[in-house]
Amino acid sequence: MEKGIDERNQELIHYVNILKNQIGENGLEDYYINELAKHTPTIVVKQEVYQKVAKIVKSHPDMQFEYLTELHGTDFQTHMEVFLYLQSISRKRSLILKTKTDRDQPIVASVTSIWEGAMWPECEAYDLLGIRFEGHPNLHRIFLGEDWKGYPLRKDYKDENPLK
Amino acid sequence: MLRTEEMILNVGPQHPSTHGVFRLILKIDGEIIHEATPVIGYLHRGTEKIAEDLQYTQIIPYTDRMDYLSAMTNNYVICHAVETMMGIEIPERAEYLRVIAMELGRVASHLVWWGTYLLDLGSQSPFLYAFRDREMIINLLTELSGARLTFNYMRIGGVKWDAPDGWIKKVQEFVPYMRRQLAGYHELVSGNEIFISRVKGVGKYTKNDAIAYSLSGANLRSTGVSWDVRKNDPYSLYDRFDFDVPVRQEGDALARYECRMAEIDQSLKIIEQACEQIPSKGPVLGKVPRMIRPPKGETFVRIESPRGEIGCYIASDGSKEPYRIKFRRPSFYNLQILPKLLKGENIANVIAILGAVDIVLGEVDG
Repeated sequence: MEKGIDERNQELIHYVNILKNQIGENGLEDYYINELAKHTPTIVVKQEVYQKVAKIVKSHPDMQFEYLTELHGTDFQTHMEVFLYLQSISRKRSLILKTKTDRDQPIVASVTSIWEGAMWPECEAYDLLGIRFEGHPNLHRIFLGEDWKGYPLRKDYKDENPLK
Repeated sequence: MLRTEEMILNVGPQHPSTHGVFRLILKIDGEIIHEATPVIGYLHRGTEKIAEDLQYTQIIPYTDRMDYLSAMTNNYVICHAVETMMGIEIPERAEYLRVIAMELGRVASHLVWWGTYLLDLGSQSPFLYAFRDREMIINLLTELSGARLTFNYMRIGGVKWDAPDGWIKKVQEFVPYMRRQLAGYHELVSGNEIFISRVKGVGKYTKNDAIAYSLSGANLRSTGVSWDVRKNDPYSLYDRFDFDVPVRQEGDALARYECRMAEIDQSLKIIEQACEQIPSKGPVLGKVPRMIRPPKGETFVRIESPRGEIGCYIASDGSKEPYRIKFRRPSFYNLQILPKLLKGENIANVIAILGAVDIVLGEVDG
C-alpha cells in the first residue's frame, strides 16, 4: 500500500508539472492526494483555465484521461464546485479534477466538446444547482422542467412550487 | 404533386417497451428517424436532496429504489463509500454474504433484461422462463433479507443479519440448476435466426464512441473494451475469485446480448467460489461506532453494477448526515448515446436499440 501511495504522489507531481508548463503557475489552485477517495490524485484548477486543462488531461500522452466517469456540482455555500472523476482506460489510472465558481453567478465552461458523456450530467448540475455551462449545445432542465422555480440542491433552497 | 413531410411520433411515457416512464419524441420522415429526443425526469424523486437530511444508515433504503432490479449493488455502493471514508474493516463472513447477494442480484437483473428484451422483440415465452428462474433468486434473497426487491440488507460495516441455516446450501444447489437453464436459453434463443436478424448489426457504435459517451457495463464491453471495475479496480473480495470479463468486438445489440449472457455464467462461477470459501461462522457486522460520522472531506468510489459503473460521492462535514451525496447512476450515462444511435435508423429498430441499452428508469431519474 505504502509503495502505491508513493507512486501516486509522483504521478500527481508529474501531472502538475505538465500542467504548469502549458498553462502557467497561476492556473492551478491546489493539488493533493485525496486519502479518503482511495488515494486518488486531485487537482483543483481556476475556472478560467478549466476547459484548457480538461483538453490537456485528455490528450496529453502521459495522462490520456479519455473516459469521464462522473461530473457533478456541489454547493459549498462560499462557492460552487464542479467535480470530475476521470479515468484513463489505457493507462488504468484515475484523476479527480475540480474547479470552483462564484455562487451567485455560477458559470463554468462546458466540457461536452471534450467528453460527449458530459452532456446530461451538465444538464443535471444546471437543473439542480443552477450552474451554467457555457458552450453546452442543449443546456436544459433535464429532470424538473423549465417552469420549476429555484435550484433544489442549493443549501438555501426553499420550495416555491405548490402542489397542484 | 406527391410530397413527404416530417411527422412527430411520440413514444411513451407509459409504453411497455420503455421499461418505465420514459418518453421519446421521434421526428420521422416515412420510416426513417431524423431526430430523437429523450425526455426523462418522470421518476425523479430527489434522492440526493432527501439524503442530506438523513443519517447514513437511513439512506440505504433509498438506494434500493434507484436501480430496483439489482438493489444489492446499490446498497453496497453507499456502504462502501462510508466504509472507505471511515476505514472500517468488514468481517469476512459479511463480505462473502455481500458478494453472494450482489452476484445473485446480477443474475436476476440480467434475467429480467433477457426476458423483457425478447418480449420487446416479439418473443413471448423467454419472458416466462426468465421470470420463473428470477423468482427463485428473489426467493433466496427474500429469505436472506426479508424483502423481495427493496432488500435494505447491507449495513455500514457488514450486513443486517446472518444468513438463515442452510441458505448457503440452497444457493449452491441453485447454481447448477441455473447453468442448465442457461444452456437451454442459448438453445432456445441465441442461435435463432429471427432473433439474430433483429439484432445483428443493429444499434452499432464504435469503441471510441462508447468511451466518449461514458458508457459502461456491457454497453462498453460489447465494443472490445475490457473494462470491469471488479477486475480493474477490485473492491470487496473480487480479487479472490477466478472469473473472466466477457468482451465482444462488434458493438451491436447482438454483442451486448452475448456479453450479458456470458456475464450470467461468470457470476455463477463467482457465487460457486464464494459459497465454498465463506467461513461457516463469525460476526457479520464489524466494529462500527454507534454514531456514524465520516471524517471531514470527500470520497468517490465506484463498483460494477449489472448496468455498468455505479459510483457514490460523499462530501462530509464531519456530522452524521452527508453534506452532499451524489450517485453516479450508470443508466443515466448509458442512455445519452440514444439520440445518436437512433438518427437515420428505421423506426422498426427503435425498440431493439433502446432495449439493448438496458436501462432502469428509477436509476436514470435518480
